[in-house]
Amino acid sequence: MKTNIARALAAGALAALLGGTLVACSGGDTDAAGGGKSDAAALDAALKKGGTIEYWTWTPQAKDQIAEFEKEYPKVKVNLTDTGGAGDSNTKLQNAISAGKGIPDVVQVEYQSVGQFQLPGYLTDLTQYGFADLKSKYTASTWANVTQNGGIWGLPQDSGPMALFYNKDVFEKYDLTVPTTWDQYIADAKKLHEADPTKWLVNDTGDAGLATSLMWQAGGKPFKINGQKVTINTDDAGVKKYSDMWSQLIDQGLVGNISGWSDEWYKALGDGTIATVTLGAWMPGILTSGAPDGAGKWAVAPMPTYDGGEAVTAENGGSTEVVPKGASNPVLGAAFLRWLNSNEKSIKVFMDDGGFPATVADLHSDDFLNYKSDYFGGQQINKVLAAAADSVISGWQYLPWQAYANTIYTDDVGPAFQDKSDLYAGIQKWLNDNVKYGKEQGFTVNG
Amino acid sequence: MSAATPRLARKQFTPLRPKKSVGLTVVMLLFVVYSLIPLAWLVISSTKTQDALLNSFGLWFSGKFAFFDNIVWALTYEDGIFVRWLLNTLIYVVVGAGLATILATLAGYGLAKYDFPGRKVVFGVILGAIAVPGTALAVPTFLMFSKLGLTNTMWAVILPSAISPFGLYLIWVYATDAVPTELLEAARVDGAGELRTFLTISLRLLAPGVVTVSLFAIVATWNNYFLPLIMLNDPKLYPLTIGLQKWNAEAVGIGAQPVFTLVITGALLTIVPIVIAFLFLQRYWQTGLTAGGVKQ
Repeated sequence: MKTNIARALAAGALAALLGGTLVACSGGDTDAAGGGKSDAAALDAALKKGGTIEYWTWTPQAKDQIAEFEKEYPKVKVNLTDTGGAGDSNTKLQNAISAGKGIPDVVQVEYQSVGQFQLPGYLTDLTQYGFADLKSKYTASTWANVTQNGGIWGLPQDSGPMALFYNKDVFEKYDLTVPTTWDQYIADAKKLHEADPTKWLVNDTGDAGLATSLMWQAGGKPFKINGQKVTINTDDAGVKKYSDMWSQLIDQGLVGNISGWSDEWYKALGDGTIATVTLGAWMPGILTSGAPDGAGKWAVAPMPTYDGGEAVTAENGGSTEVVPKGASNPVLGAAFLRWLNSNEKSIKVFMDDGGFPATVADLHSDDFLNYKSDYFGGQQINKVLAAAADSVISGWQYLPWQAYANTIYTDDVGPAFQDKSDLYAGIQKWLNDNVKYGKEQGFTVNG
Repeated sequence: MSAATPRLARKQFTPLRPKKSVGLTVVMLLFVVYSLIPLAWLVISSTKTQDALLNSFGLWFSGKFAFFDNIVWALTYEDGIFVRWLLNTLIYVVVGAGLATILATLAGYGLAKYDFPGRKVVFGVILGAIAVPGTALAVPTFLMFSKLGLTNTMWAVILPSAISPFGLYLIWVYATDAVPTELLEAARVDGAGELRTFLTISLRLLAPGVVTVSLFAIVATWNNYFLPLIMLNDPKLYPLTIGLQKWNAEAVGIGAQPVFTLVITGALLTIVPIVIAFLFLQRYWQTGLTAGGVKQ
């Protein structure tokens, strides 16, 4: 936890220092990448001609995908740098861009961080390479994540439509019903914790990713990006709806004080201390590798909704690859990126190792839908997860400094979880802090 | 009262016969336990499988004794990148801390034994430099290095490590007392050049101070975290500290592969060399801490 804060501070300090100068010097060469012929044919030509590109990612399947790619295009050499994770990767990319040196040709960026690099003008608009033709391949929500301000900045690699993962054993033992609404969820949380005070239906210590996804599901639209103009609505109805619901869990002491991704969390997922997680469709892979003890106990159901009735979900996590400006080989980079996230073989490698796709055809293929997960006791989990991908509510936008905003969320809203203080007040403070930060960064913010 | 005075006086301790204090011994024992518990936890945890690590009491053994399996796993995971990190760390320590020691010795000696205009200013700058934490300088250093095209190279870690204002100060204090000016004058009268005097006479007298400074520099470079974190992109250039953090971060996010066992075993392997260095060079460390504390 400590290192996370130090790291966030470091990243923040760097970004703050660099922000001013970078915005100033990035305006110059808007399109040095094209070199004349700029369309899909240019990419095919680049692949034929060959060359070397630098690819930064933390995707575990990257090695196998590159092997497959180099088999198909032997003249192209892809140098892989494993960046370890989203946080480090963002800092490193920001550093490379500020240094103007060592900028990768293709780099993985979380959906929530696309704006952080697009708004200051660090990314290459892929429209010039005919990427608009690929739109129909992807789910609407992931496509929306890689397109903003009139450009196409990447191709979706995966998606994280949300679902409810629950421990069947615990549900049976304590006679809980699988909730379809958040009201039922709260009732379950109470029943479980009263029956066994060592068990929790839910854990949360102020996780920004979960909170923003739940605001998204509630129809929240607190952030609007239009060019360099950022609107932060501190009085958003969806945010209030989330806060009203989640604070019931907090006030009744029903939220386990366990931080996500910690060793304690993995243990709790394995031994039934935490009975549910509401996260993206990539969660089965995490459970399989991180909580082997939970095998056969877990099941998946549609995400509970606020109002009942029709299924409404949100996205939670997911990444795209982008081509930064200043890359030494942008055309070949774009060609690799196109192959990486739209070629059948590449997506197959990605999915075979537990990746959850963003491509409509793969989400609806019979093989995918009929897959029976051993870990989930033979449940056809992809039927639930693919349905979730189809019911993601549209309209959500992330802040152009979402990664930073997420780190201060813990500071502003975390106390509400520790001492049961007012959750909504914490969120308001967070939104106001973001208005302040955005202005400091030189954005036009009207909050 | 008058009768009690001599008895008290007799009980007063002298430097030759230190008084034994039960209270102090207990406090010291508590500190020993306090300092050793995390180490014990680390050693015990490194013998467990990931499953046992998460599901058993931290300060006692549990499950299969997987110590050697863990070490082999840590050394071979991701194509043996840990060995590479270990070699990198050794390079950073040998070159970085080595340069730091040489520079600090030369400059500290020069400042202590030669009178020249501007000496007070140099001294003031060095005292000021000690007060600035390295972390605060990391970002400006990064910006400077990126202009020079040195980021993401080994030099980015080695060059800043080669500067040790504290080491310089230590040598300066040490040289003032340990190298008698009369001796230097005698050498000059006998016709020895300044370099020869330094190499044959002063350096020998300075040896304990030099070892102390190198020990400080080695520990600082071995534990260096923030500077390589912002300077390096390429995992192949990482020192152990950043490498372990990278493994730790693999437990977070989509596609997470929690390898807590490896982080723990790796941490144990990381501290072994520095603990050995410490045990061997302990007495110099003490010398360093008290240098300048007593005026002779």
